[in-house]
Amino acid sequence: MTAHSTKPAYPEIKPPVTSIGLIGWIRANLFNSWFNSILTLLVLAGLYKIVPPFVKWAFIDSLWTSSSAECHASGGACWSIITANIRFILFGFYPPSEQWRPLAAIILLVVMLLVTRNRTWWHRSLLWAWAAALLVMWTLMRGGFIGLTTVESTQWGGLPLTLVLAIFGLTAAYPLGVILALGRQSRMPAIKALCIIYIELIRGVPLISLLFMSSVIFPLFLPEGVTVNKIVRAQAAIILFTAAYIAEVVRGGLQAVPKGQFEAADSLGLTYFQTMRLVVLPQALKIVIPPTVSILISAFKDTSLVVIIALYDILKTTQATLSNPKWMGFSTEAYIFLAVIYFVSCFFMSDWSRRLEKDLSI
Amino acid sequence: MQQQVPSISQTSEAKTSFWHDPDRLAVFYQALALAVVILVGYYLFTNTLTNLERQNIATGFGFFGKEAAFEIGESLISYSAADTYARALLAGVLNTLKVAVIGIILTVVLGTIVGIARLSSNWLVSRTAAIYTEVLQDIPVLLQLFFWYAIFYEILPSPRQAVNPFSGVFLSNRGMVMGVPESHPAHIGMLVAFAAGCVAIWILRRWARKRQEETGRIFPVFRTSVALLLALPVLAWVTGGAPTAMDVPELRGFNFVGGINFSPEFAALLLGLVLYTAAFVAEIVRAGIQSVSHGQTEAAMSLGLRPGKILQLVILPQALRVIVPPLTSQMLNLTKNSSLAVAIGYPDFVSVANTTINQTGQAIEGIAMIMAVYLFFSLTTSAFMNWYNKKVKLVER
Repeated sequence: MTAHSTKPAYPEIKPPVTSIGLIGWIRANLFNSWFNSILTLLVLAGLYKIVPPFVKWAFIDSLWTSSSAECHASGGACWSIITANIRFILFGFYPPSEQWRPLAAIILLVVMLLVTRNRTWWHRSLLWAWAAALLVMWTLMRGGFIGLTTVESTQWGGLPLTLVLAIFGLTAAYPLGVILALGRQSRMPAIKALCIIYIELIRGVPLISLLFMSSVIFPLFLPEGVTVNKIVRAQAAIILFTAAYIAEVVRGGLQAVPKGQFEAADSLGLTYFQTMRLVVLPQALKIVIPPTVSILISAFKDTSLVVIIALYDILKTTQATLSNPKWMGFSTEAYIFLAVIYFVSCFFMSDWSRRLEKDLSI
Repeated sequence: MQQQVPSISQTSEAKTSFWHDPDRLAVFYQALALAVVILVGYYLFTNTLTNLERQNIATGFGFFGKEAAFEIGESLISYSAADTYARALLAGVLNTLKVAVIGIILTVVLGTIVGIARLSSNWLVSRTAAIYTEVLQDIPVLLQLFFWYAIFYEILPSPRQAVNPFSGVFLSNRGMVMGVPESHPAHIGMLVAFAAGCVAIWILRRWARKRQEETGRIFPVFRTSVALLLALPVLAWVTGGAPTAMDVPELRGFNFVGGINFSPEFAALLLGLVLYTAAFVAEIVRAGIQSVSHGQTEAAMSLGLRPGKILQLVILPQALRVIVPPLTSQMLNLTKNSSLAVAIGYPDFVSVANTTINQTGQAIEGIAMIMAVYLFFSLTTSAFMNWYNKKVKLVER
């Protein structure tokens, strides 16, 4: 009996070195079959052709604070185009002495986004905080009180314009989209038809046609003497466009609410508006939070289309810099810089939406 | 005072008040909504009419027959500045279709490869695919178009020092030129043979399915189809005299002559649209394949099906059901995004219509046409896809 409890006489045999540690990992993940081995070699060869020259161009040979003449002489990347023109690229024609104001507004926005990212902060007070923050951002940008000079919105440009178009676009489009989604689910045929026509019409055409409409046709719609600022018109086009997409997302949420919820609300004697406000929408809107974030992401990316109607968003300010003869020929660097800005912002949002999706599904 | 009591009970018995009768409220709300839409529409319409009158802008599509007097960089039909606006717009529509059709095919192919690569057991491959989808999804497509266009006109050399990545393909700031087989009557024969092969396969499939249902005997349809699709064109090629002459681009003077030439605008637009949309398609394909539970594969294996059959009979039919609806909307997105061509100067429909608007001043007609054309594309594609969806839909018993 005691023999069972004693340790075996022979020493423990370790697994072969080829199946543990780095070598084991490489064998299991990179060379586990002849097909995968070939794939690995092909990808490595491709990376070897692309990555070292890119690193050499972008970092080793690059210039960061030189003049344009030195850039033209060198073979590496010329990041100086960014550092030399950063204020114009980020803030456009906003008066240089006042550029701390959009900067402060952007910082406030980033803080609000970071706070919102944390779900333990989700209370009714956060909504009020957002409303207050948006108001503060607007007044900071616009000015016209306690010593701040007024800066008309025609002078706004660069990153703040991109953010304004995206954020106000989504805030205004959201309620409109919810109304459209409810209208599409309505039992009243005329309202249902109007909503379906609107949603399908807008979703069937490119955003650029709406932007053209806002810049060319919209002035014709107004009575003589009335004019509307071009930025506001583009903003309206983005709102009308985004609302149709939000309506479709919200419709998905409405359809996911079980029928029993409607019946229970009916049996309690709630009116249509009470049913929607107290029972259906809170559930439906919670379901569609992740897809709504992806609409926010595409709305943010789509704001870049205002370039085509010559609004100075961050893409247009960059192009204006590139058309300066001094800095001509460095498009790659400038566009890579913009791509990084867009990527970081969108990745922040999509990462957040993925985490939310995981949280909400439990 | 006493007289009022019965009257109240009478009315409450007969009908509820107007504000609590859902049927009559529904009529009221609908009438209100329609009235608001009509009134707003009428207001905008009258404003527009007065504005047009004041600015002396003619209305209607009379400009269609007038001389366009502008050049179009590339066109599938013969077009010159002396042609009419109608022909210019038609050339624009064809250019849009050209980039959309080629783009959709390439996107589906690339997206499927990347989507499958993301699920690969090879760490390096799946990571590369993940980085690709993550990065390209998060950069606006317009910025990507500008980037590729800048690569073409800024980075690539002139035709004299053209980059030659593969034999017969030259990249320069004048675009991409590629060698193609010289035109020969046998090529038409090959096309006919290919079409005949498709028809034969369709008939063969119907026959094989019917036979399998009746007798249970399986016919190797897939291998026969591949053989037919390859063999018939090859046969036509051989009987046509087996032409091997290639039309290889050659540098003459300042540019290439021969081969087929893709302008930098077209190449940048196609590259940008395909790389951007393929990232989304890859996500869709991955999600579709992952939606088929592993138990299905195991069940099929325990039935003794071979891996190819498992993919064909078990996984793909279920995955496609998940993949097709979002894939359709990505195809439509690509078509709609092709309108961004106007920003880099590819003469697509929006670009031609925009020039027309600028020359004739008839903005309303121009934008109405743009919207109508894209709506037509959208509606026909979704009609086709709805039909396909119904075909692959789960038949519940």
